Order: sequence, then C-alpha cells, then structure tokens
Amino acid sequence: MSQVIVVTSGKGGVGKTTTTANIGTGLALKGYKVVLLDADIGLRNLDVVMGLENRIVYDLIDVLEGHCRVKQALIKDKRYSGLFLLPAAQTRDKNAVNPEQMQKLCDQLREEFDYIIIDCPAGIEQGFKNAIAGADRAIVVTTPEVSAVRDADRIIGLLEASELRNPTLILNRIRMNMVKRGDMMAMEDVVEILAVDLLGVVPDDENIVISTNRGEPAVTNPDSLAGHAFRNVVERILGNDVPLLDLDISEGFMGKIKKIFGIGN
Amino acid sequence: MDLFSFFSRKQSSRDVAKDRLKLLLIHDRINCSPDLLEMMKTDIIRVISNYMDIDEDELDIQIGQTKSEGSNGSVPVLYANIPIKNVRNAGNQ
Repeated sequence: MSQVIVVTSGKGGVGKTTTTANIGTGLALKGYKVVLLDADIGLRNLDVVMGLENRIVYDLIDVLEGHCRVKQALIKDKRYSGLFLLPAAQTRDKNAVNPEQMQKLCDQLREEFDYIIIDCPAGIEQGFKNAIAGADRAIVVTTPEVSAVRDADRIIGLLEASELRNPTLILNRIRMNMVKRGDMMAMEDVVEILAVDLLGVVPDDENIVISTNRGEPAVTNPDSLAGHAFRNVVERILGNDVPLLDLDISEGFMGKIKKIFGIGN
Repeated sequence: MDLFSFFSRKQSSRDVAKDRLKLLLIHDRINCSPDLLEMMKTDIIRVISNYMDIDEDELDIQIGQTKSEGSNGSVPVLYANIPIKNVRNAGNQ
C-alpha cells in the first residue's frame, strides 16, 4: 500500500522543503521507492535542496498538460536508490494546476512508488489546495514562534475541513539552550496549544545550512543532530515507536567542557 | 544579573509567547470579526440600557479565556466590562 504524504505549514520559511527532502531521502535509505513531488509551482526549490537542479528536463506542468509522460519527468537520484524527484515548473504559477489533476497524478504515482512526498507551497490559496488534493496524510511543520504556530493552527483547521484528519506535527529549529532559559517555547507548549500528535522535534542545526549548500540532505549525515532527528521521524512514519531525541546533547562537547570549568551558564 | 532579575520579576518571553498565542488562537478559531463584536456591543448596550444607565464610552467587550471548572484548563469566554452610571428602578417606569 503506497502512501501520499503532504508536507505543509502555512507560513513560509519554516523548513517544509528541507523536511520533505530529508523524509524522502530517509525513506529511500530504508529501502522504499520514493518520489518527491514539488508542488510549489513558480518558486521551485526542492530540486536545489536535493542538489538535482542541473538535471531537470520536464516538470510537473509538462506532465499535467501532457507534453511528456510521467516517467520522462522523473529525475532519478543516483546517490540513493529508489529516490526520484518530480520538479515543479518555474515559469508558471499555481493557478496553472487544479486539484483534480493533482489527485490523478498522485494515483498514477501510487502504482510505481511506496511513498509520494509532496512539498506544499506556503499560503492557503490554490497552491495549498492543489498540494493536499491527493494526499492520504499531512505533516505540519512549524517553528517555536508565535507567527509560525498561529499559521500551523490555521492549516490544521483547513486540513481537517478537507478530510485530512489527524495531521502530525514536526517542530523544527528548536534551540534547547533558549528553551531552558525561558526564551523559546518548548515542544510541550506548542503541542499543548495545537493539540496534535508530535511526529518529531528537529533542533536548529548548522548542518542543515551546510547540507543545503551542498545539496545533500542532512538525514544522510551521521554526525548531524538534525539528521538524527529526521531519521527518527522516518522511523515513526514507518510506524516504529522511537523515543524523542535528547536534544540536550546539542550543547555539544565544548559546552560540557565549559560546564566542567564553570564557564557559561 | 540575578539581582536585577530578582527585582524586576519579568515574565519569561517563552510564557509571553505562549499567552499571546493562546489568546490569538481563541480569536482565530472562533473566527469572530471586529464587525461582529461591534454588532454584539451595540445590541448589548441597547438591552442593558433598558434597565440601567451605562457609560457607553467606557464599555469594553473582548474575547478572552478563563480557567474552566472542569479539568481541562482554560476555556474561551466573552468578557464584558460595563460601567453603570445610574441604576434606574426599571419596575417603576
């Protein structure tokens, strides 16, 4: 049974594309056949995050308008077997697609793939409606900020109104040192406010910037804490019960040394 | 530093964020527009004015939250602060 998962957030810049890339790559590393579908028409980014931007020939619109077959538009990621990308069009806008077309495409992709991961554009307009049309389940990404959590709440309401019930939450870019000194909302706070199940907590990690620079998802990096968090998210998607990452290690080796010598807080 | 924080006793920004969000989401979820609130205010003034002389300028109506008597924390509440200028004896009029 294949599954179509949409990664959404409402607010832009909270890490939807990074999350999509990492979950998809993580699932492929587990041996599943995965396609990443970039639904952000006009502002495509998933190709860049995946480091596949030089290999685009056809895009989503070409497929939907019948200029090519689905297989021709799929880019095979040569690094990870079983991982494919269907890029968005860059020259058109979100209104060039309708939900029925997206649903049909998702059903077509189900025949080939175990997981179809859709990167949803920011906002609640046409692009959002297109992205969620063919999905079985939704993952809402947010950061511990008032604006992002507010938008996540709105998105959760809209998802439930569209019969996508029980979305799960990824809390991204948490900084445990700030939570500890009372300057950032903790995951308990966000979960209490949004009242949804938590799929994962991802720490703010410099490795994400580095891996995005290189076009290699952090989930493949054994030394990245965010990568570890994404590996746990992948396990939970597969139905495995994995405890939440102990983010206190994020203060790092030097932090512990400093503690021993009584420097810093 | 600790000495200062002892005297100022400022709420942590984490709690400020949480409180602001809770209130914000109550408004978002109820989807209560300022227009609706204004209409409600006009109606309330009309009804109460039948019985009391109230200070319409100082009247304050908001949606907030209060601790519920049940176990599940806070619930949304319509809060109205209506200063009375003069209580009329409605029965005699």
